[in-house]
Amino acid sequence: MSTQFEIIFSGIKILLVFLIWFHSAPIMAWVERRGSALMQNRLGPNRIGPFGLFQSVADGIKFIFKEDSVPGHVKKFYYVLAPLISMIPAFMAFAVIPWAAPMVIDGHTITFHVADLNVGILYIFAVGSLGVYGIIMSGWSSNNKYALLGSLRSSSQMISYELSLGLSVIPIIMMFGSVHLGDIAMAQTAPLFHIGSIAIPKWGVFLQPLGFLIFTTAAFAETNRLPFDLPEGESEIVAGYHLEYGSMKFAIFQMAEYGNMTTASALIATLYFGGWHFPFLHSILSFLQGHIPMMAALSGEAMEWIRVACQAAFFFVKICFFMWFFVWVRWTIPRFRYDQLMDLGWKVMLPLSLVNIFVTGWAIYAGWL
Amino acid sequence: MLIKRKNNPIAELYIVEILTGLFITIKNFFFGKTVTVQYPEERRPYSDRYRGQHYIKATNGVENCTACMLCPTVCPAECIHIVAGERPDKEKYPVKFEIDVLRCCFCGMCEEACPKDAIKLSTIYEMSTTVRPVYDKAFLLEQRGNK
Repeated sequence: MSTQFEIIFSGIKILLVFLIWFHSAPIMAWVERRGSALMQNRLGPNRIGPFGLFQSVADGIKFIFKEDSVPGHVKKFYYVLAPLISMIPAFMAFAVIPWAAPMVIDGHTITFHVADLNVGILYIFAVGSLGVYGIIMSGWSSNNKYALLGSLRSSSQMISYELSLGLSVIPIIMMFGSVHLGDIAMAQTAPLFHIGSIAIPKWGVFLQPLGFLIFTTAAFAETNRLPFDLPEGESEIVAGYHLEYGSMKFAIFQMAEYGNMTTASALIATLYFGGWHFPFLHSILSFLQGHIPMMAALSGEAMEWIRVACQAAFFFVKICFFMWFFVWVRWTIPRFRYDQLMDLGWKVMLPLSLVNIFVTGWAIYAGWL
Repeated sequence: MLIKRKNNPIAELYIVEILTGLFITIKNFFFGKTVTVQYPEERRPYSDRYRGQHYIKATNGVENCTACMLCPTVCPAECIHIVAGERPDKEKYPVKFEIDVLRCCFCGMCEEACPKDAIKLSTIYEMSTTVRPVYDKAFLLEQRGNK
């Protein structure tokens, strides 16, 4: 296991994560449009390609070929910088999320996240809170009152919900005793209790249902998705912070939104749904090895790779489910009024997350967890 | 007057309500009947009395119109322009018959006023063009309806 191999392997991991993340935007745009259409008894885009799948490609080409105009009254430097600043942090946060259990080959451990940071979740919060700068910058540099109002709303919303987002994760950190996401995911594979011979895994959602609810709600607010999409409430503030943006710069804002969704989904899956944990994977694989002659001939290392692939695939399925959940909720719940939003953030979710911390702490002290 | 709402503590938690809402949307997603008409392939049936693109009815290849000028008179949009002429057999006929279709409001009064059963509005409703259309006599004489 030379350094060369490690560099190449890291490169492959970065490329893989980047490609998955990058393609989430066009695919999610399609899923959202088709999904919303079917929920509203319509059909949605179904002309270009099979099931309209290439609609996003066509949209992308349209965005690229549009005139990249910059309005005369904007602060140009910040105006151009803002979409990038809102996109990059969401992408950076994905680096520490593990998508399979580490694997040992010849005494070397191979990990399956891009950056093996021991501060894990703190890094995600640090980077994730940078995303609000892009929104403030775009609103301010646009030199437009509606854009500014949208970005101000957005910043106050994100700051309010970041509190409960951070506080709702603390019980998880207390229970699993680590901020490293790989360790948290690994700790969730332990059995919680047994029903007959079936072991219920120690997933965060079973131990922290309230924390899961608060975290998910705050994640919706952090990604500016409905029912918390006040920054772009078109009836009140036209289009919010991306009012003055057109062509590819607007598309980058869209990509940032979907990228934030991907990262938030991955985070929900990792913290509350066992991350890459595939229940009964070991028994399934050994059963297959016992019954299929082709698999029985495989070496231990090959089986490890199959195990990694299965875990990565199952993690991907979890992410997809939460991405779908974002879309599903969007077309179910109407938008909040601004005072209701602040009430929910400060008067309901913040006290609840604090209570959750104390109750969890007490439970740990009493030795129940 | 303010109406007192009944307090329902379980509903005010929103969790049950949101789950009910999610159930309704996913039910529509899987089992909802789409109401979309796939336009170029599928068409909605229109009434036979629909007032669309104009034509002048012809009998044995000769237009019914006698250039009596009733239709330009009744036309509220003033979009019909007729120049009358005389055939060798002393019959009056339109030398020029033009409809400025951009002005036309498709009210169908020309059709009602016509004593000779000549000007008609067909059921064709796809009339978009890239030029500003003025329908001339040759175009109007295409028999595009069965009224």
